[in-house]
Amino acid sequence: MRERDPGRTVLRFRRRRDLPRARGRRLVAILAGSIAMAALAGFAVAWRPALPIVAPRPGSSFDLAGVERGAVLARLGDCAVCHTASGGAAYAGGRPIHTPFGTLYASNITPDPESGIGRWSQRAFDRAMRRGVARDGSLLYPAFPFTHYTGLADRDLGDLYAFLMTRTPVAAARPDNRLVFPLGFRPLMAGWDLLFFRPGRTAADPARTPDWNRGRYLAESLSHCGACHTPRNLLGAEERGHAYAGGWSDGWYAPPLDASSPARRAWTADRLFAYLRTGLDRSHAAAAGPMGPVAYQLARVPDADVRAIAVYVAFLMARPAGDPAQEPERTAEADASQPEGAALFAGACASCHGAGAPMMLAGRPALALGTPLHEHDPRDVIEIVLQGLNPPTGAAGPYMPAFGDSLTDGQVAAVVAYLRARYGGGPAWPDLPHAVRTARRQGSGA
Amino acid sequence: MTVLTVNGMPRTVSADPSTPLLYVLRDGLALNGPKFGCGLGQCGACTVLLDGAPVFSCLLPLGVVGGRRVRTVEGLGTAALPGPMQAAFEAEQAAQCGYCIPGMMMRAQALLERDIRPTEAELRAHMAPSLCRCGTHMRILRAIRRAAVLMGGGVRDPAEPVRPLPPAPAR
Repeated sequence: MRERDPGRTVLRFRRRRDLPRARGRRLVAILAGSIAMAALAGFAVAWRPALPIVAPRPGSSFDLAGVERGAVLARLGDCAVCHTASGGAAYAGGRPIHTPFGTLYASNITPDPESGIGRWSQRAFDRAMRRGVARDGSLLYPAFPFTHYTGLADRDLGDLYAFLMTRTPVAAARPDNRLVFPLGFRPLMAGWDLLFFRPGRTAADPARTPDWNRGRYLAESLSHCGACHTPRNLLGAEERGHAYAGGWSDGWYAPPLDASSPARRAWTADRLFAYLRTGLDRSHAAAAGPMGPVAYQLARVPDADVRAIAVYVAFLMARPAGDPAQEPERTAEADASQPEGAALFAGACASCHGAGAPMMLAGRPALALGTPLHEHDPRDVIEIVLQGLNPPTGAAGPYMPAFGDSLTDGQVAAVVAYLRARYGGGPAWPDLPHAVRTARRQGSGA
Repeated sequence: MTVLTVNGMPRTVSADPSTPLLYVLRDGLALNGPKFGCGLGQCGACTVLLDGAPVFSCLLPLGVVGGRRVRTVEGLGTAALPGPMQAAFEAEQAAQCGYCIPGMMMRAQALLERDIRPTEAELRAHMAPSLCRCGTHMRILRAIRRAAVLMGGGVRDPAEPVRPLPPAPAR
């Protein structure tokens, strides 16, 4: 079985086809950026003081209600998704985070006194979350989304601290990061922070509803939606001018959450609520790839919080209600132009996705509604075919078998071309065999 | 006409390229080990090996199989001369109704051919896509641990050790 780790938050190239050129541009950007950051770091106070270690607090010293609130906040923040290695203990870190700058390993955030954060004070925890500075004064990399957590409220940080400090301590040392030179030198991050980090909270907007404000707080800060859904610049910072315009996460394209969403049907607050809460909306599709674990976590928080996020994201999409009357029917054209893909679809896909299949009779969305088939890049469709949809072991959720071991690269390309021709929007995707090869190479854990 | 290599033998079949391999194996080649369970890739009863990897043959169009190696449970041994996987399943009496067992054996075979010493966690994660409605999963896991030993390896940190078998009754 192809083992995949769902839900790593990863920075990726924006367009796979431009890989060699992007790599060259990125190297230049890293060098130029490093020089700029070094200069800025010199001017800035690159050195931050270590905060004193504290004796580990007994779990019983924490207020139980705060621990319970913290558990919900940790799910809203998806902490476990990055801070748990595949098959490892919860929150014990060690998960590789693949970025264009090398591989980082998530830290151990259990209260183990040596390898975890057991000797961190509340003040040290708050500084790490809001400023990206570890207890010992070293600067954290922005793969840890402190650029979002900077907006967290005092009480929420207190509750998160109480929750994490009452987890079972796990002794697990973090593997050393493998970053391109010279980014292993953490003081450089002072320059990055100066260039890109805007600390502080956003005040509530009294002209908006409480739901909208709550949703903005969660989406912008704790749930850090933009970490995946906003494009990043060559130095890995989210592009402020293009918030929610679509980004990359662990080899998947995270589609836009703004007015440029290619979704066939409108995303209303009700539909977003269903999607975020259950991992499936009948007017769109199932949560796939790194979004799967997000929906899994959001199934375990209060409805009101998911509703608030849905209200805010529907506002970002800013799309008038109302759907196209009917999906175009292009079966005959697709069968004629993509005969190999048509035969593959009939044998491998139609028993679930065909018009009379049990899954369709149960009300699952038609393929024509799936956003990936309307995206400018084929990567998500390719990843879904290769990996399928895999709910966490023991959990219910949308499921699709993986075809990575069944189909060759050329066959995956043929079926994806057929899907685009029959159901998709926009022109045929160019050079699909190359895109499949790239996805396969980068997808095996990258 | 499609030429397949099934259990090491070249076989020629004529069927539409979109026909699922499962029907070709059962109806065309009289290999009834792989079973039709759900037809949706959800249960694993139809699992066969394609170039060594476990795949759902109910969702495998014949057209993709040409030139690749297919193995079914019939390729693991015979009733008279069972292979280690089959012998282990028999020794542990892992089957109740038995419908899922050929798929279970093929999925387990793929794991042990890749890694003769998997951990218990790897074993369980690997077997997760195959379901048994009788609920004999604990016996199935026992059988796979025994198979690993019979093949010269063993599951690391097993949930329970592989026990010596009682003496076989006289036939």
